[in-house]
Amino acid sequence: MLEVRDLTVRFGERELFERASLSVADGEIVALLGPSGSGKSTLLRVIAGLLTPDGGTILVGGADVTSVPTHLRRIGMVFQNEQLFPHRTVEQNVEFGLRMSKWDKQRRSDRVRELLDVVGLAGFGARRVTELSGGEAKRVALARTLAPSPRIVLLDEPLTGLDQELHDQLAGELSQLLRATATTVLLVTHDRNEAEFLADRIVMLADLSSRNPTTDAALGHLRISP
Amino acid sequence: MKVAEANSTNRLASALLIAFAAPATVFIALFYLWPVATLALRSITVEALRSAVHDSEIRHVVLFTAYQAALSTALTIGAGLIPAFLLARYEFRGRRLLKALVVVPFVLPTVVVGAAFLALLPESLDQSVTAIVLAHVFFNIAVIVRGVGGLWEQLPSDLTAAARTLGASPIRTMREITMPLLAPAIYASASIVFLFSFTSFGVVRLLGGPAHTTLEVEIWQRATRFGDVPVAAVLSITQFALLGLAVMWFARIQARHRSALGLRPLTMHRRAHSRRQRLFVSTTSMAIVVTICTPLVALVERSLRTGTGHSLTAWRAVFASGPARANPIRPALTNGVDPLASIANSLRFAAIAMAISVVIGALSAFAITALGRRGRLLDVGLMLPLGTSAVTIGFGMLITFDTSPFDWRGSPMMIPLGHALVATPFVVRILLPVLRSIDPRLRDAASTLGASPFRALREIDLRIAARPLITGAGFAMVISLGEFGATSFLTRAGRETLPITIERLLNRPGATLHAQGYVLASVLAAVTFMIIGAVEAVRIGDDSRAW
Repeated sequence: MLEVRDLTVRFGERELFERASLSVADGEIVALLGPSGSGKSTLLRVIAGLLTPDGGTILVGGADVTSVPTHLRRIGMVFQNEQLFPHRTVEQNVEFGLRMSKWDKQRRSDRVRELLDVVGLAGFGARRVTELSGGEAKRVALARTLAPSPRIVLLDEPLTGLDQELHDQLAGELSQLLRATATTVLLVTHDRNEAEFLADRIVMLADLSSRNPTTDAALGHLRISP
Repeated sequence: MKVAEANSTNRLASALLIAFAAPATVFIALFYLWPVATLALRSITVEALRSAVHDSEIRHVVLFTAYQAALSTALTIGAGLIPAFLLARYEFRGRRLLKALVVVPFVLPTVVVGAAFLALLPESLDQSVTAIVLAHVFFNIAVIVRGVGGLWEQLPSDLTAAARTLGASPIRTMREITMPLLAPAIYASASIVFLFSFTSFGVVRLLGGPAHTTLEVEIWQRATRFGDVPVAAVLSITQFALLGLAVMWFARIQARHRSALGLRPLTMHRRAHSRRQRLFVSTTSMAIVVTICTPLVALVERSLRTGTGHSLTAWRAVFASGPARANPIRPALTNGVDPLASIANSLRFAAIAMAISVVIGALSAFAITALGRRGRLLDVGLMLPLGTSAVTIGFGMLITFDTSPFDWRGSPMMIPLGHALVATPFVVRILLPVLRSIDPRLRDAASTLGASPFRALREIDLRIAARPLITGAGFAMVISLGEFGATSFLTRAGRETLPITIERLLNRPGATLHAQGYVLASVLAAVTFMIIGAVEAVRIGDDSRAW
C-alpha cells in the first residue's frame, strides 16, 4: 500500500502542498481530482521520486522510500503524452523495464507478447512507435508500465487528448484491465466522469492538505462504487 | 496558359536574373574552380606522386593530422556535453549571457586562439600535442553546445523520467535513452569538429612547432619554404579528396542515425530545485566562464607583461610605429614586421572583401531564390569553397595566377578576393532563408500598386533583406580579418595582414616581439568582438520588431 504523509512541496515562493496526506490500499484504484495546474502531476512525480519534496515521507508497503532513487522504487508511471522511446519499437518499449530488472530473453518476449495481447495490440511488436495512432500509443505506454509488475501504478491524465468515442472505449478497457490485474493505482485527472468511472475512491486535491483536514472516514462520502 | 504568361510579365526578366547570377559564376569559376583544377592537373607530376607515396615524413604527417583531429573531436564532445546539458535543461539567471559566451571562441580568428593558448600555457607545453588539442577543444566547444544542445532542448525531459520509473539508473538512462536520441546531433557536430581540427592551420602554426606538422602546415611549408610545388600539390589534392570522402562518410553515418523521432519542439527549461541541482548549475556555469575567459585574459596579460612587471610598453611600441607619426624612430619596425601597418592593411582588405562578398552574395541569393530549382547549381557552386581548406584555396590561387595574361601575383586584390571566396557562402546562407520566406504575393501586391518588377524587388525584397545583409557583411568582415590559411600563400611584403603579423611576431625569438604579437592578437580579438556585437545588436533589433 501507498502512504503519503505530511508532504510539503514548494516551487520557489509558491506552496503547492502543505503537509498533504493520502493513502491507497493494495489493489485499490484512487482517483485524484483537481483542475489543471493544481499540482496533481507534481504529486505523482514526488511519489515516483522524480521530484524531491521539501518535507514529508512516502511509504510503500510500510517502508520509507522518500530518499530511494526512482529506479529502485518499483513504482510505475504512465505519463501524459505517453513518452514512448521514439528510437525503439513497440516491443523494445514494452521490454524496457524487463531488461532493467534483468529478465532473460525468453521470459521477456513471453511477457511482452502477453501484455500486447492484454492491451489489444497483438502483432504490433515490430512497429515503430512514431507510427502509432493516439489510442495505440496510450495502450503501449500502459503495457510498458505494467510489464515489470510495479508495486504501484501512477496514471497521469491517462485518457486526455482522445476523441470521445476512443476515450470511452479506452476507459472501459483500462478499468477492466486494472481490476483484472488487481493493480494498486493512483490516477490523476481533471475529468470527474472519468474519475467516477475508473476509480474505487475519489480524492479531491484541495482536501489533501492539513489546512482543511480530511480523514479517510470523511472521504467516505466521495466513495463511488464501480 | 494565359494566366501564367500574364504572371511572368510581372516577374523579373530572365536576362536580369542571368545578370544577377553572372558575377558569382565568373567569380567561382575564375578564383575557385580554375585554381583547384590547376592544382590537380598542371602541378602534379608522376615523380611528385611517387615521392609523396614513398616519403615516410608525409605518412607521419597524415597520421598525425588524423590523430590530433580524432583526439580533439573526442575531447570536444566530452567537454561540450555538460554545458550543452546545462543550457538545454536549466533556466537560471545569466543563461542567455552564458549561451552567448560559449560561442565566443568560435568567432575568434584561429591565430588569436593560438596566441591565447601560447600566452596561457607554460613553456613546457609549447609545441606539444596537448597545446594543439586544448586550443581545438576551446575553439570548437560551441559546435557541440549549440549543435547537440539544440536537439537536447527538444527532448522531453519526461522521456528520461519514464525510463527511470521503469527501473533504469541515471547512467543507464543516459546510455539507453538520451545518448541514442542525441546521436544524430552528436555525429553531425562531431564531424564538423573533426573537419575543423583536421584542416586546422593557424592554431598548429602557432602551437605545433617543427615537431608537430599537420597536412595543411606541410603543404604550406613545401610550397612556400622549400619550393616543392609538385609534392605540395599532391598533398593539397589528397587533402581535398580526403575531405570529400570524410564529408560523404559523415553524411552516410548521419543518414543512418537520422530517424523521424517525431519530437515536438518544446522548451522545457526548469529551475534548479534540489540543492544538488543548484550546485550543478552554479559550478558548471562557473567552469564555463573560467574556461572561456582564462585564455583571453592570459592573452591581454601577456601583452602587458615586461621583464619586471606590467606596463603599456608593448602597446605604445605598436601604436607608435606608424609612418604617420612625426617620430622617425619606429621601435616596432624590425625584421620587416610593421604591426601598425598590418592593422591598416587588415581593415582595408576586410572592407574590400566585405564589399565583394556582399555584392556577389546578395546578387546570387536573389538569383538562386528567383530561379527556384534551376538555381541549385549556383547554390552548390557557391558553397564549394566552404568544403575546401583555405590552404588549398590560397595555394591554388598562388600557382594559377602566375603566368601572363593572368599574372596577378603582385596584385593587391588577390588577398581580398581569397577572403571573399571564403566569406561569400556565409552571406548567401544568411540571406537565402530570408529571401525564400518572402511571400511572392507581396511582390504581386506591389505590382498591382504600380511597381515595376525591379521596383518591387527594391521595395520589398531589399527592404526585408536589409538587416540580414548587414549581418552577412559583418560576418564577411570578421572572416576576412581572421583569415590566415589562404593569406599565408597570397601575402606579399608590405601587405601583411594582422594574422600574418601576429604569427611572425610570436614565432620569432624575443620577449619584445612576443609582447607586440600579443598586443595585436588582443586588438584583433577586440575588433572581432565589436563587429559581432554590432551585428548582434542589429539582429536582436530585428527580432524585437518581428510580428
